[in-house]
Amino acid sequence: MTAEATPPLVGKTDGRAPAGPSVRGPRVRTTAGYPRYVAGKLGGAAVSLLAVLVTSFFLFRLIPGDPVKFMTGGRQVSAEQLAAYRREFGLDLPMWEQFTDYCGKALTGDLGTSYQFRAPVIDKITEALPNTLLLTGTSFVIYTALGIFLGTRAAWRNGRIGDRLNTGLALTLYSIPSFWLGLLLIIVFAVGIGPIPGLFPTGGMESGDEQGFAYVLDVAHHLVLPVVTLVAVEYGQTLLVTRSALLDEMGSDYLTTARAKGLRDDLVRRRHAVPNALLPTMTLIFINLGRTVAGVILVETVFSWPGLGGLFYQALSVPDLPLVQGLFFVFAAAVIVMNTLADLIYPLLDPRVGR
Amino acid sequence: MTTTDPDEPMTTEAPPPVAPSEAPSPPKAGPRALAWQRRRRSAARFWQRYRTHRAGVFGLSALALFALIALTAPLTVGSDVQSVTNAPGRPMESPSAEFPLGTDQFGRSLLGLVVWGSRVSLLVGLLAAVLSVAIGALIGITAGHFRGWYATVMMRITDWFLVMPTLVLAIALATVMSRSLGTIILAIGVTTWPTTARLVRAQTLGVESRPYIERARALGGGHWHVMSRHVLPNVMPLVLAQTTLIISSAILAEATLAFLGLGDPTVVSWGGLLQDAREAGAVSAGKWWYLVPPGIAIAVVALAFTLCGRAVESVLNPKLGVTR
Repeated sequence: MTAEATPPLVGKTDGRAPAGPSVRGPRVRTTAGYPRYVAGKLGGAAVSLLAVLVTSFFLFRLIPGDPVKFMTGGRQVSAEQLAAYRREFGLDLPMWEQFTDYCGKALTGDLGTSYQFRAPVIDKITEALPNTLLLTGTSFVIYTALGIFLGTRAAWRNGRIGDRLNTGLALTLYSIPSFWLGLLLIIVFAVGIGPIPGLFPTGGMESGDEQGFAYVLDVAHHLVLPVVTLVAVEYGQTLLVTRSALLDEMGSDYLTTARAKGLRDDLVRRRHAVPNALLPTMTLIFINLGRTVAGVILVETVFSWPGLGGLFYQALSVPDLPLVQGLFFVFAAAVIVMNTLADLIYPLLDPRVGR
Repeated sequence: MTTTDPDEPMTTEAPPPVAPSEAPSPPKAGPRALAWQRRRRSAARFWQRYRTHRAGVFGLSALALFALIALTAPLTVGSDVQSVTNAPGRPMESPSAEFPLGTDQFGRSLLGLVVWGSRVSLLVGLLAAVLSVAIGALIGITAGHFRGWYATVMMRITDWFLVMPTLVLAIALATVMSRSLGTIILAIGVTTWPTTARLVRAQTLGVESRPYIERARALGGGHWHVMSRHVLPNVMPLVLAQTTLIISSAILAEATLAFLGLGDPTVVSWGGLLQDAREAGAVSAGKWWYLVPPGIAIAVVALAFTLCGRAVESVLNPKLGVTR
């Protein structure tokens, strides 16, 4: 079913049109071979990255008014100072020169200078990146595992009370704004409400005076509430995707065969149904990372986590255009890279998608 | 998620129009009247199946309630509820008989603000979703109808939007434009259309491969005729289901943008209330009653739209396996 479930690649209109909102699974031509497939995917990713770069430049030039006015924040500044600012940030050059300058610098990893911090954007980003990776990585592992586990259960018990509760809870959590859930968790578990004392820190990543193993524990302590928030709002998506993928497999003949030869129900599910259902699920999980980026921005803002999302919020409130622009590029690039990775791994996992 | 099989006709979809010469129609029942009868019948059939989805009915009733609250807000609370200057209470009062949900930092009644905020949240959600689905349907139908380079370019653009993190793009757009409701609607609308475009294009390709389209072409039907008379009615059910689902994410997106301080500061919305609460220090002071009502309102409305959308989807495409 995998090959048929993926929509046709762009431009290939073959009359039969399998549909899916975001199922963009890879389709490998059996004759082409894996290296050529990889080259095609990498080429596509490179084009997308370039498109993002171009967009990030022009999008932030749409802004009405003078960017220098934002920098000075409405203070009284002399004309000479304005001109100096313009020179400093290269805003006195013609548009096309700014553009070639920007692209050339971006290729060498230079994303400009932050108005707000007076520091290279790339430094601010590399500083914050490990913190975001820690938070996102931990949550990603937990919510994917939880979503797949519960989704499998729900599909296997399709229509029964357990499935309904599971799916209902996932849908409800999916509808809750992540920042609101984060704020509530802070009130209940960090500030403390009524008889409950504050169990966890209200925000940040470390208390500041710990060393060695105590430091690791301290960070883990700070990590609990943000991770819980992210997992709660994100696992529903994985659950629903896994559930519907498994439901698609449920009627298959090979499952009947497996049962007919006397396998226990549990084994049929674990060895036969789930591995097949996980294949389409995997692509979707990676595609949904785009949603996780949004969740990360909000959760980091609410918990003052010193990561990319928190930085994005700080940059927005000024607005610090070079920083917003750089982070925009990083977020989009991350999603593109993850999608490409999923595309590359997929044929290795599924032998039916020919090599 | 959604997998529409183009070979499987949608259940509410009408059979291809029958030419008057083929079907000897009874007197007074022209093709138009017949079409209306057919539409009424399929609407009744749709409702009958929809009713069996309990979650969908629950969602619909919740929506009716919220729509009523939003529409009657001028009568129940009035627009002066958002005025800061002559607020009725003292700042940050806990819930009491006079103010069932307490007051905000200016002494305004929170119940009134939540009721009043429903207008903006629902309006922005609806308009953004309509804009998004309109763009998606337009691009989907045209990309499915005109093959060749036009479709290639359009689907490339769609693919590109599909991989972009939607919220980041919406935030970027809202940052560079002026703070207003129009900006928010535009930012949400132009970032969420690609899934609709893909779905509609797939459905269009399915419809256009059927013989009756060939017949319409042979009889001299042009592009506009085929797209508006044959393709559009067939993709309409899909478009409706998609709209319902997108409203729910649009409402969440509006709340998010408002919470990040990108909303129109002069109007009251649920996301804006949460931002006010955070800025007024309601979190560190443990004033949970300030935060809970707007959040619950957002969650209930978003959930209600999701439930309705899923019910509509599963009525149209029973293969999805959405439980009742």
